[in-house]
Amino acid sequence: MTTAVVRPERMRVERWTPVSSSFALGVTALLAVLAFVPLLFSENTVNNLTQLFFLVILAMMWNALAGYGGLVSVGQQMFIGFGAYAVVYLSVQHSMNPYEAMVIATVAGAALSIPIGAVVLWLRGGAFAIGMWVLAEAIAILVSLDSSLGGGTGTSAVLAFNLSYSPEQRLRDDYWMALAFAAVLLVGLFVLLRSRLGASLQAIRDDEHAAASLGVRVLLGKGVLFVIAGAGCTAAGTIILAWQLSILPLGPDSIFGVNWSAEMIFMVLVGGLGTFEGPIIGAIALYLLQQYVSNAGVWYFVLLGGIAIAVALFLPQGLWGTLQSRTNLRLLPVGYRLRGRS
Amino acid sequence: MNWLNAVVDGILLGGLYALLATGLSLMFGVMRIINLAHGSLALVGAYMAYLVTEHIGISAYLSLIIVLPGALIVGYVLQRTVLERSLRSGELVPLLTTFGLLIVIANLLQEFFSPDVRGLNPGNIGNASWQVSSTLSIPWFDALVLGISIAVLGGLHLLLKRTQMGRELRATAADAETAELVGVNARAVYARATAIAVATAALAGVFYGMRSSFDPTVGPDELIYAFEAVVIGGVGSLWGTLVGGIVLGVSQTVGAQINVQYFALAGHVVFLSVLTLRAVAQSGAVRLSWGKP
Repeated sequence: MTTAVVRPERMRVERWTPVSSSFALGVTALLAVLAFVPLLFSENTVNNLTQLFFLVILAMMWNALAGYGGLVSVGQQMFIGFGAYAVVYLSVQHSMNPYEAMVIATVAGAALSIPIGAVVLWLRGGAFAIGMWVLAEAIAILVSLDSSLGGGTGTSAVLAFNLSYSPEQRLRDDYWMALAFAAVLLVGLFVLLRSRLGASLQAIRDDEHAAASLGVRVLLGKGVLFVIAGAGCTAAGTIILAWQLSILPLGPDSIFGVNWSAEMIFMVLVGGLGTFEGPIIGAIALYLLQQYVSNAGVWYFVLLGGIAIAVALFLPQGLWGTLQSRTNLRLLPVGYRLRGRS
Repeated sequence: MNWLNAVVDGILLGGLYALLATGLSLMFGVMRIINLAHGSLALVGAYMAYLVTEHIGISAYLSLIIVLPGALIVGYVLQRTVLERSLRSGELVPLLTTFGLLIVIANLLQEFFSPDVRGLNPGNIGNASWQVSSTLSIPWFDALVLGISIAVLGGLHLLLKRTQMGRELRATAADAETAELVGVNARAVYARATAIAVATAALAGVFYGMRSSFDPTVGPDELIYAFEAVVIGGVGSLWGTLVGGIVLGVSQTVGAQINVQYFALAGHVVFLSVLTLRAVAQSGAVRLSWGKP
């Protein structure tokens, strides 16, 4: 390999490239176009895209934790379940409008994540992972013991949604809620990662100890990510409730189930851990996988786990990360690059 | 049931949890990884014993003659194929791969053994108990498991302290690179540690299966109980694991004495309280040593 020597004055720092600025404009345009989908396409398309949106949210949130904070959580389903049950609580029991309840539940999820983060963020590696899992289990058991929330047999939000909405209207409103949540989280995370705090978060991702020694406040950075991920997973949980209407509290397939973590890990690993665009690719990959093998049930999860292991071992940067390092392509740049002046 | 009986039951149950936790603790001690598939491997042990008892017709105890060597091989191969590679790729990858393994194992078990609930027959001892007084009885089977657990911990203690292999294990745990400089083959040491860890997991899984029924989804429960025992007892200490297991067992049985549905929840609450206390202590300590951030 030959190394070109470039003198410092011939270097420049760049963030946007023509490709990435046109892509970012394209994404903005796409979000605008997506808003009109329910008016133009079939109910089936609308329903499928709603599912894709909550998968994108889940993948982005898990990646924010693991890819930038180095926090592998196998307990984010705690927030998914919390969001779903909070909407049931507010809309079914307190007759709130279900879509307002989805927003309020998300804010509550962010608030819940603060005391939880204050304890679990002191844990490292596997201790954090299992600590989060135990918390998810504990909350699931507490919910299943509450008979007003349906107890162990679960509950449904059919009443809250169907009382004031026709099925077609509900599908459309679910879609718009999911799109709005996804867009806000996507843009919010993008802006955050490009800010000063974002620079320190990326430093934490690359080397936590080195970052700390340079004066980066590691715990603050992780705390911010934890709260965002908590809010985002709660939002996803509220969409999942609106999408499937009935939920169960216990078991791996339930709303508090560990299978959500399996799906999140799959999406982020396949797309590219620690890249901004990767989780979106991963969400699309999972969505496609579900279209083909979901009916098989057991084999779907065997495939999910197997592919996640293979990618972690043999393609640790995932699809997008690998493409990025081969081609130096950045579509939604959150970092800076040094380039020789031409 | 009464309170005294609940506490005694919990202490005996703690033996099972300590046995379950031993391998998890050993792997963390030697390789600094938490094997998220540990509980699932224990469950695989129980299913292996189930197969052996069904097809060969020997008791669940005798099935260990086949299950334990099998588990040693599984552990060795697992280390050499998956874990060794994941260890080289940083802190997160072992967690991700062992989590993937957990998902794969649970679903393969469901495919091959159906979601039905199974059990292993503990024999006559399963129902026998020593009636100490009108309010206190000690089930023989649980006492046996506690005894085996103490024996395994003691054996492991001797192995680590007294044998060449134990010295190599401790040296590798302390500093793998330096150990290699003086002629220790760290990869072989890791493979042996994982083999032992999986064998103890399988042993615990078989006793778990004799004590209560199991289905393909209980692997994560076994992992969580094992991990709770390790953390409550203090990471890195073999005998601490026994104490942690007993504290966890007593929390669960006393919780169940209040309300049967509180069994697992009470253990989680005690575990989370320990974590919170440690977090408070640690945040204080960090502030003291870091000074102004």
